[in-house]
This record gives sequence, C-alpha cells and structure tokens, in this order.
Amino acid sequence: MAFSIYDLTAFNQSIHEALVQNLSPFWALIVEMTIIGLVFLLFYAIVGLFLVYAERKICGFIQNRVGPNRVGPYGIFQTIADFIKLLMKELIYIKNADKFLFNLAPFIVIIASFMAIAAIPFGLGLHAIDFNIGVLYVMAVSSLGVIGILLAGWSSNNKYSLIGAMRSGAQIVSYELSIGLSLVTIVILSGSMQLSTIVEQQRNCWFIFSGHIPAFIAFVIFLIASTAETNRGPFDLAEAESELTAGFHTEYSGIKFAFFFLAEYMNMFIVASMAATLFWGGWMPFHIPGLTSFNHVMDFIPPFFWYMGKTMVVIFLMMWFKWTFPRLRIDQLLKLEWKFLLPINLFNIVLMALVVLMGWHL
Amino acid sequence: MNSIIKYLKDLFGGIKTLLTGMMVTGYYFVHPKEIVTQQYPENRKTLVMLDRFKGELVMPHDENNQHKCTACSICEINCPNGTIEVISKQTETEDGKKKKELDTYIYKLGMCTFCGLCVKVCPQDAIEFSNEFEHAVFDKEKLTKTLNHPGSSLKSKQTAQ
Repeated sequence: MAFSIYDLTAFNQSIHEALVQNLSPFWALIVEMTIIGLVFLLFYAIVGLFLVYAERKICGFIQNRVGPNRVGPYGIFQTIADFIKLLMKELIYIKNADKFLFNLAPFIVIIASFMAIAAIPFGLGLHAIDFNIGVLYVMAVSSLGVIGILLAGWSSNNKYSLIGAMRSGAQIVSYELSIGLSLVTIVILSGSMQLSTIVEQQRNCWFIFSGHIPAFIAFVIFLIASTAETNRGPFDLAEAESELTAGFHTEYSGIKFAFFFLAEYMNMFIVASMAATLFWGGWMPFHIPGLTSFNHVMDFIPPFFWYMGKTMVVIFLMMWFKWTFPRLRIDQLLKLEWKFLLPINLFNIVLMALVVLMGWHL
Repeated sequence: MNSIIKYLKDLFGGIKTLLTGMMVTGYYFVHPKEIVTQQYPENRKTLVMLDRFKGELVMPHDENNQHKCTACSICEINCPNGTIEVISKQTETEDGKKKKELDTYIYKLGMCTFCGLCVKVCPQDAIEFSNEFEHAVFDKEKLTKTLNHPGSSLKSKQTAQ
C-alpha cells in the first residue's frame, strides 16, 4: 500500500483494488460508499464541534469577553458537554404540528449539506465525487436546505416559525442569484465547472490573483451572498432571536434542534470551502511564479492542511463580520441584493469577460 | 448624473463605515488585554468593588461601639418591601427626661431589592451600603440580620464634634 500524505490517489486505488478482489463489484461499491459516509459523519461531528467552539471563542474576544473557559483548559470541552446535553434533552411533542413534515424537516436540512460536501475537493485524491459540473452541483444541492427550513416553519404551526421561514425563503431566492453570478465570473475565468480542473488551473497562481480586480469583487460578493445563504448574521433574519424567539426552529428541541444547528455550521464550512476552492486555489499551495525555491518550501505543507487553513481563514472572516454588524431589516436586505449586489455583479461579469478576452489576466 | 454620483457615494460610504466597524472589532480580537470580564472565583483575593456598589445594608459603628441611628423609623416607612424593622425603646436620662432609643434594627436581606431609598432618606447618615456581595447561606434564618451591635449606643452630637 503506497501511502503518501501529498497524493492519496494511489492509496484510494489500492483500497479499491483490495475490495474488488474480494467482493463482487456491487458489494465493493456499497462498502466504499459506507466507508465514505462514515468518514464524513466523523468529519461532521469533529468540524461541527470545533466550529461552535471557535465561534464562541472568537465572538467572546471580539466583544471583550473571554468566551467559554470552564470545561477543560480554555473551555475546549464546552461544546462536547453541550452536545451531550442536547442528546439527553427531551424531544417535545407538538400537539398541533404536522407531524410527518415536522420530523422530516431537520433531515432535509442536514441531507442537503451532506450532499454538498461530497463534491468538495479536500486534497489530491481526497475527493468523494468529481462531477464535471461540480460548481453547479454544489450550488444546486446547497440551496435545497431552504426547503427544510420552509417545511420546519410551516409544520411547526407557530406564527414566529412561519415568519422566519418566509423570510428565509425570500432571502435565499434573492441571494442565490448573487452566488450564482459570482461563481459564473470564476467559471468564465477558468473555462470549466469541474472542481478538480479549477483547482489544477490554480497551480501557479490563485484565481484571486490571476483574475485581480473582477475576481476580488466576485470574492467579496460571494462572501456576502453566501453568508446570507447560510442564514448567518448579519443576515440571520430567519431566526432573529430578538424578534422571532428562534425563527423556524422555535418548536424544535433536543437532537432535532442539534441537526439544524449542525447544518448551519456545516453550511458555513461548505460555502467557506467553496470560496477557498474557487478563489484561493483549494488545496493548492501558495506559489509565486518564478520563485522556485519558495514554491518548493510551500509544497512541503500537505494539501489537506492548505485546504483547511484557507477554509478556516474564510470562516474567520465570516465570523468577524457576523459579530461586527447589526442585523438587517428585510427591506434593507432586499435593497442590498437588488440595488447593489446584482448590478455590480452583472457589471463584474462583463469586466471579467473583457479581461479574459483581452488576455489581461495573469 | 446626480443620481449616479449619489449611488456611488452611498456604495463607497457604506463600505467605508463597514470597514471602520470591522477595524474596531479586529482591534479587540488581537488585543486580549482589552477584555473586561472579571474572572470572579480566581480573582477573589484582589477583587475591588466600586464605591457605589450596593452590596448589603450596614450600620457603621465607631471605636466606642456607638452608632448614629436615632430610631426615627424614616427608613422603615420609606422601604418599599418592608425589609427594615426598627424597634425602639423608651429610656430615661439622669435629669428625668424621656428619650427614644434604638433597641434592634432588623434588616431582612432576603426581601431587599437594593434600591437604596433607606440610605438616601436617613437624616443622620446612620446606615450605608457595603461592598459585601457573597450573601449565599444554607439557612433562610441567617438572612435576617440585626444591624446594631449588642450593647451599642447613640453617638451624642457633642462627642461627634
């Protein structure tokens, strides 16, 4: 078994061959899918717990507080304690709720984020499924989550839940446009929708440098619109605590609430990793064309760490502005999208097309 | 044309104000010394409360075990919760005059909302708030306190001057 942390393709191939030798092709496929599913489940648990802890610590520091600091050194076991508490909580039975939809909603939300993460390239060979329309696929499945939110709001039979769900619907319909158009900008630059190709094209120079001005504008718009898409502050109208108690998940408790909570953080992780993949080169090390020795030093850091590092930086940016800006009103939210982001975005696509046509990119 | 200039002004002005806010929070993020949270049980030895903090009602006594309370009961009348109970007694001075004197000053901490009206209305400045805030006890009876020390007496005006 050839195991290299820089290229896992051979390692995956050897596992595949070992399975095919011992099992029929159908069962080999089933076993492979089960392994990948378990790996993602474990990944979800670890990343979810870490992100909740990171968010609480970062927001604490930003607001001149210390954040969780009682459970374990620097409070690192706080989220594990919270998770155990959530598991043991009672699932409150809602008398007038639409029971089937009420129980279904959290699963739709979490399945949507599960489907999206499958197409994310974590490293060379660490890529569950490489579609030739990867960008479109991630866009499509990540917006499925709003169906779960709408169902949760509708089936709870609660006015606050319904208002929160409706706001979320209006928000996603608007901001989906901005996300799509900012990704189209990058697709114009790369000429491909396949995520592995997009990463490979950034070997020498990340798209945010090679596409300079239009790529940077697209990155900022993507960051704003994806924050809105994941229902995070300052666009968290769907759950606005001060107005709607907890919005669409008011009536949820225990593990069902934990699903919504986990899905919110994992969606944040997914959009951050999309931003890192499309603009900052995914798992590609930082290369400056011409500086060979510098590029060699950068190559020593394994791709997975590059990928996680970039994603964490994007996540930190999203947390930073979540804890800085106050929540928008629904009219301000729609005004921002339709009067500012959309026209800028359309102009930006034309600019990018011009840059690509004239060969002004690096 | 004017509307386009206004649009661009709006846009860049908005970006500038947003960046100003991000700078402030970013500064706090990289400066952990700015944290204002008191780590209470750890810093119990060095904890300094503010002078204006209303911890619990006390009656200061001087070195001769004398207080300033004349048992006028204004604090008791002003207390919104019936926290204070002033019990007075009649005593006779050497020249045969009858005089009202404080017997027991009962303060029920469990009922106090720390509004401070009693301290504000006291004409003699006989009572004040201390900084003591660790009030937890295992028995409810312990929350009813007698503020005047046993055997204490009224500080006469002459000795005060």
